[in-house]
Amino acid sequence: MRRHWQLYLLLVLPVAYFVVFQYIPMANNVIAFKDYNVVDGIWGSPWAGFKHFERFFANPVALDLIRNTLMLSLYGFLAGFPIPIILALALNEVRARFFKRTVQMVTYAPHFISTVIVVSMLILIFSPRIGFMADVLGFFGMSENLLADPDAFRSVYVWSDIWQTAGYSAIIYMAALAGIDPSLYEAARLDGASRLRKIWHVDLPGIAPTVVVVMVLSVGSVMAIGFEKAFLLQNPLNLSTSEIIATYTYKMGLLNADFSLATAVGLFNSVINLILLLLVNTVSKRVTGNGLW
Amino acid sequence: MTLKTATRADLESVPGTESQAQRRKPKRRRSVQVQDTPVDRIFMVGVYILLSTFLLIVLVPLINIVASSFSSPAAVSGGQVFLWPVDFTLIGYEAVLGNEAIVTGFANSLFYALVGTLVSVTLTVMIAYPLSRSELVGRKVLIGGVLFTMLFSGGLIPTYMVVRALGLLDTRWAMIIPAAIGAWQVLIAMTFFRSSIPGELYEAAQLDGASDLRFLWSVVLPLSKPLLAVIALMYGIGQWNSYFSALIYLRSEELYPLQLVLRNILVLNNNSGGTNLADQMQAKQVADLMKFSLIVVSTVPVLLVYPFVARHFTKGVMLGSVKG
Repeated sequence: MRRHWQLYLLLVLPVAYFVVFQYIPMANNVIAFKDYNVVDGIWGSPWAGFKHFERFFANPVALDLIRNTLMLSLYGFLAGFPIPIILALALNEVRARFFKRTVQMVTYAPHFISTVIVVSMLILIFSPRIGFMADVLGFFGMSENLLADPDAFRSVYVWSDIWQTAGYSAIIYMAALAGIDPSLYEAARLDGASRLRKIWHVDLPGIAPTVVVVMVLSVGSVMAIGFEKAFLLQNPLNLSTSEIIATYTYKMGLLNADFSLATAVGLFNSVINLILLLLVNTVSKRVTGNGLW
Repeated sequence: MTLKTATRADLESVPGTESQAQRRKPKRRRSVQVQDTPVDRIFMVGVYILLSTFLLIVLVPLINIVASSFSSPAAVSGGQVFLWPVDFTLIGYEAVLGNEAIVTGFANSLFYALVGTLVSVTLTVMIAYPLSRSELVGRKVLIGGVLFTMLFSGGLIPTYMVVRALGLLDTRWAMIIPAAIGAWQVLIAMTFFRSSIPGELYEAAQLDGASDLRFLWSVVLPLSKPLLAVIALMYGIGQWNSYFSALIYLRSEELYPLQLVLRNILVLNNNSGGTNLADQMQAKQVADLMKFSLIVVSTVPVLLVYPFVARHFTKGVMLGSVKG
């Protein structure tokens, strides 16, 4: 240990970071079980048991929030999960290098655009007055002001997400496809397999382990759907579907300064999420032999 | 959770990496050209139609924004622009440059991105390198501690309370320190150091009497340029694009990063500063047009590094995963 003291020296600052900004916040979750007030501080405030959890669940809003959160992420998963796979399989068939490169370069790009910009683009493009999409929607006889429509919120959220990330998410499957043993393709050719059969019997089994890992990660994070985009897409008109647990925690905690309630809601969310992840991982290991660890 | 399996699985979900079994095969260009049957040819037509459609769906909104940003205020407000500028002008860009909040936000974001990236990369190397050395006592515990933060986090309010207690609220440091190290980046860096720095180099350096720090500085870091480029870009783009820390930790407008200024102008539609045009109607039209130009201006820095990113992101991350 003494011989490598310099390695330990290097660790001091980063370890301090993890303790202060990751582990102390975890410990601060104790205020979910207390009536927090600034004067007594985190450890001095009186205990309150499960009062704040009960307060949350007694509020009829709670069920709406949980439903909105789950619906949004399940919709996102069902629509968003297969598309990058299809995209990767299709790109893998293309031999024209210029076309392949162009599709890849263009479809990766939106991944690097910020959430604020993507939401702003949605607002402008769907604006009934100036946006070109409003005309398209009008042509199909749909509501022209999509962003104010609570029934359309989830679709707007999910499909704009797919627009932004599908190309980039396909990279991981492209890499898996590139790693498939070429002799399998040779065998498939000798057997006279068509392209479609080759995809079914060689490509899909080849990328299956990757598919499982990505699936475990996405199912495991259904409750962890991000704050940033939902918050930006919210407006008073679509709140009935756009208010999710993350945005509610922000409003209760930082705008209403009800720290204990907000912490209780956040903790509930994180714990459910952790349990889901462990559960999905275990099931996936049983069924497919692949998991995160 | 043991390191090895966790690292492998986590890296598998990083773009551009492959699973272990696949990695062992040297990559070759596929030698077999499948002989296309008529059915295959129809299938390929379908593939090209599918990919072209997707290409257009991604491209059209982007082109529309750029075309609108170079059009005249009246054309934009009237919804006349589709894929080509109507009555070409630069009025939108003049309005952007004339808006003080935007210029300040741009400068702040540059500062946060540059300083934040420097701090983040330094701290990440400082933890990832020792953790990549098997001599380190307590290595497994520390790695477990880092990985656990990927599964469970303290949450919004508990973290906010720490930042408040440290007196970081409404300071520039609040943008840099609370999210300085990403567990993901530590994992990538650690795997890279373990797999790409040959043990013989360390033995040779020891014979020459080099200390651990000296070895890290003179041997490891120069060999890790692709890795440093990748994590720097990840941190830099993340910092440039984020508005969440600013939303919860900052109050003073002169500290706002660009993304928060953008949110006020583009999403909340509060455009206080800027145009002094007396004509109310024309001012409104310019405000509309300015939004398009603003989107272009604020995305340009990211798109400037993008070709570099696209090349290095997948390649560098793949380097990090070799023989994970």
